[in-house]
Amino acid sequence: MTHALEINQLHKIYDNGFEALKGISLKVEQGDFFALLGPNGAGKSTTLGVVSSLVNKTSGTVSVFGYDLDTQVSQAKCMMGVVPQEFNFNMFEKVADVVVQQAGYYGIPRIEALKRTEQLLKQLGLWDKRKEASRNLSGGMKRRLMIARALVHKPKLLILDEPTAGVDIELRRSMWEFLTRINEQGTTIILTTHYLEEAENLCRNIAIIDQGKIIKHSPMKELLKTINTETIVLDILEPLATAPKIAGYSVLLVGDTHLEVTLNQGQNINSVFVALSKTGIEVTSMRNKTNRLEELFVNLVTNNKTDLQGVSA
Amino acid sequence: MSAYEIYIAYATIVRKEIQRFMRIWVQTLLPPSIIMVLYFIIFGNLIGSRIGQMGGFDYMQFIVPGLIMMSVISNSYGNVVSSFYSTKYQGSLEEMLVSPMPNWVILAGYVTGGVARGLAVGTIVTCLSLFFTQLDVYNLGIIVLVVLMTSILFSLGGFINAVFANSFDDIAIVPTFILTPLTYLGGVFYSIDLLPDFWAGVSQLNPILYMVNAFRFGILGVSDIPVSYSLIVIGGFIVGLFSYCMHLLNTGKGIRK
Repeated sequence: MTHALEINQLHKIYDNGFEALKGISLKVEQGDFFALLGPNGAGKSTTLGVVSSLVNKTSGTVSVFGYDLDTQVSQAKCMMGVVPQEFNFNMFEKVADVVVQQAGYYGIPRIEALKRTEQLLKQLGLWDKRKEASRNLSGGMKRRLMIARALVHKPKLLILDEPTAGVDIELRRSMWEFLTRINEQGTTIILTTHYLEEAENLCRNIAIIDQGKIIKHSPMKELLKTINTETIVLDILEPLATAPKIAGYSVLLVGDTHLEVTLNQGQNINSVFVALSKTGIEVTSMRNKTNRLEELFVNLVTNNKTDLQGVSA
Repeated sequence: MSAYEIYIAYATIVRKEIQRFMRIWVQTLLPPSIIMVLYFIIFGNLIGSRIGQMGGFDYMQFIVPGLIMMSVISNSYGNVVSSFYSTKYQGSLEEMLVSPMPNWVILAGYVTGGVARGLAVGTIVTCLSLFFTQLDVYNLGIIVLVVLMTSILFSLGGFINAVFANSFDDIAIVPTFILTPLTYLGGVFYSIDLLPDFWAGVSQLNPILYMVNAFRFGILGVSDIPVSYSLIVIGGFIVGLFSYCMHLLNTGKGIRK
């Protein structure tokens, strides 16, 4: 089956000589919810910029649903909608006009564009604001406006560059629900985000990019399986003077009412509870110390940096 | 994109551009009208009455075609340079760049917006001039053709300025230091017959001279330059600037990273 997005050996060298992309290759399947992660300056936005033709590539090929971005640019562009990181609509235009105009750029007749705009603004909770100048919207509303604008021509591939940056948790969750819904309806979604919890919850496949190279490209489940250790924080009822000893487990006392238990792959949290219960320690609540993907991400990026330093040394 | 879809995309930009300058008419339509009325009063009535005749016509009659062209030139240029640069500055240009719309449609849309404003201001100024003098129409076809070609040419010029501009200061430099002097020296207020031979020759390097004279021919039937020669010069500039604009859009210079 044709891939929703296929990138081969993509290179980008900026005019100042900075090599932002060093031969990236990537495949995103149709219907996927795909995360492209990486630290700041890793090349995520450059990659998406090339795909959305806002950045000129130096070399390599990009195809969207089989349409080559060099030779079949019009068809390729019709397939995708883009939600950039920065607000990039005319702040003086009315909310509805921003969406209707975008439909016009795709050749959608005005009557149809007005219908679709109403539908999308209602779905994204912006219908009441349709006559307001877009500069008057809150940050979260501006993000939703960009999503409505990107969807007005019914793209099969939606590219979102940090769509939930600066959005409060309630809005973020409603945005997740919306994106999950349109993904279930068949739209392929590619997402970059710094909220790794977001990627872990939403995405089925993932690529991690660092210093212009893909350092990991795999299904999310497989990636998470490779995590060797996980740290759990247990809140306990009575203060302790020293950490209890549990055979086979590393337990740290943090403050006097928190325990940090490190579980290796295959170890069971139940054994910890049993052991604590035997010593009379009552656990009131429990949480992960950090997001699992976050831990893995930090490890991968750190290892990549170490490898590169080794090479340059 | 089909031809119909391309037409819709083009019409979307044109509608947006016209709505923009109509929405801010106090900044776009009113000032040139007030300035031209001042020109009519000061240069036409007060000073013109002492100058007497120029080229066989009252001084007021002589300068009106030039002043109309001056407003068409500055407004078609100003519309495109400010609108396209604002679009670039705010990032909303990306809305067009990610769409399947061909580059020439983007250019055509902005140029049409510039022409529309040039024609709107030109029409207002022409109507205002009727309060001060009688305007005859010697050749309507030439009038329409010259106004259209001139506004297209300066819209293209404004587009190039906007592509290269990196700040709002940059979009004021060309109109202030190039366009205004060329307009004043382009035979708006005098016939080049009054100049010594050397300066009359130098004046012929000024493209605005051809536009002003061709337009004056359409209204008064007199011109310092043969009209056909003027139309060829304007047409040549349009072809050259259009090609350069397309080159800029296709290579992404100043637009894509």
